[in-house]
Amino acid sequence: MNIIQQEKNLDAEQKDAVFKLLKAADKEIEILSFKLDRTEKVKRTTGILLEETIEELEQKRKNVEESHDALKKSLEELKAAQVQLIHAEKMASLGELTAGIAHEIQNPLNFVKNFAEVNAELIEELKEEIENGDLEEVKAIANDIADNETKIIHHGLRADGIVKGMLQHSRTVSNEKEPTDINALADEYLRLSYHGLRAKDKSFNADFKTEFDESLPKINVVPQDIGRVLLNLINNAFYAVAEKQKLQQENYKPLVVIRTKKLKDKIEISVKDNGNGIPTGVKEKIFQPFFTTKPTGEGTGLGLSMSYDIITKGHGGDLKVKTEEGIGTEFIIVIPQPSTGS
Amino acid sequence: MDDSGYGSKSDDSNPRQPWLGCCIENEKLIIPMKILVVDDEQDIQPLFQQRFRKEIRKGEIDFAFAHSGEEALQFLENNNQEAVLILSDINMPGMSGLDLLGKIKKEYNAPPPVVMMITAYGDTENYNTAMELGADDFITKPVDFKELKEKINTL
Repeated sequence: MNIIQQEKNLDAEQKDAVFKLLKAADKEIEILSFKLDRTEKVKRTTGILLEETIEELEQKRKNVEESHDALKKSLEELKAAQVQLIHAEKMASLGELTAGIAHEIQNPLNFVKNFAEVNAELIEELKEEIENGDLEEVKAIANDIADNETKIIHHGLRADGIVKGMLQHSRTVSNEKEPTDINALADEYLRLSYHGLRAKDKSFNADFKTEFDESLPKINVVPQDIGRVLLNLINNAFYAVAEKQKLQQENYKPLVVIRTKKLKDKIEISVKDNGNGIPTGVKEKIFQPFFTTKPTGEGTGLGLSMSYDIITKGHGGDLKVKTEEGIGTEFIIVIPQPSTGS
Repeated sequence: MDDSGYGSKSDDSNPRQPWLGCCIENEKLIIPMKILVVDDEQDIQPLFQQRFRKEIRKGEIDFAFAHSGEEALQFLENNNQEAVLILSDINMPGMSGLDLLGKIKKEYNAPPPVVMMITAYGDTENYNTAMELGADDFITKPVDFKELKEKINTL
């Protein structure tokens, strides 16, 4: 200010203007410094806020990580549970089989015992006839003994086959595909299922029929898996006719029919019952895991969903259902069979 | 091969063959006892035929075989209820042995044939039902043929 006062080159008016400008600049500086101060404050606050946000985000990231780990663990547990469930389902169906198996083993064993006893008798007779010198009779008896030996072996193998099948059925490891006689497999499981149900429920009875295509070639499948599917479908079919039988309708004859058919590049196995059929609302759900119409404790609800997986994923085939309420249900297994002219 | 046991289309073992005639032994006329065996197991036939070979040869017993309850009823109808003894399995597909027993005891009564039930399940439930339906005896598998022979001899 003093410098301006002492300036000789400026007149009073000019000095005045300069003073005014200076004052304005002063004010401006003051305002700016205030603003700067405020901005600093805002900056500091924002910094704090930012830090807090970063901390929060870190916390959140940790949480996400934790829940991810938890989910991963749950998934692993679920997978383990699924494996156990599959095993439990196998075991449950094995349990259902027990009575059938007992019957199916008991019968051949009875024959083994009975024919062995007959042979013991025949050998005594044979000795007598040798003493008597009746060569004709000796020959006849010897032939009978030979026939009986064949029967003993046949029934021994029959029991053997059942036990082997039972062990294969309960195995947890995945099995290999091998050329399989589908007709024989279907016949075996039909019997096991029938006798199992008969033994469990004395009032149950149903007729069954097989319509096997004798020209069916051996099909490359996992026999235990297809066996489980068949067992499941057959058990369901018998269950369906038994339920209808309980309604005590006049002239109702429960019947389950197993049919096999060779088509051009695939084979079909059909399990048909004349039960009550599946209501439309239920039909859509039957292949869903854990869906069951059976009373609690009677079905795992996994049979059909696992059957579906075995046929579609395991064998590249298809599992179809045809049903009509009041008339019956037919499940059709389709397994592709490349026509190699086997 | 046809082990299925349901309505078996028997070929070599036709159960509907007429009864064999009577036999003459030692100048004496022996009328064979007619026994119908009902079981869905095909091998029951050779088993019975061998266990009773002496009796069959001597003409004391004449066996017929049916592989289902339905076949057994058909047989009884075709043969004027000639069987005096029926040995029936209980556990058969289609008509069970108990159904058959009930039908026989209801419909054939001049005179009613003796019906013995043979079953793999020697449980009281089956036993009681069989007895209620009028079974004359109840035998558990495996069949004790010595015992069975004694039972037949006292008929």
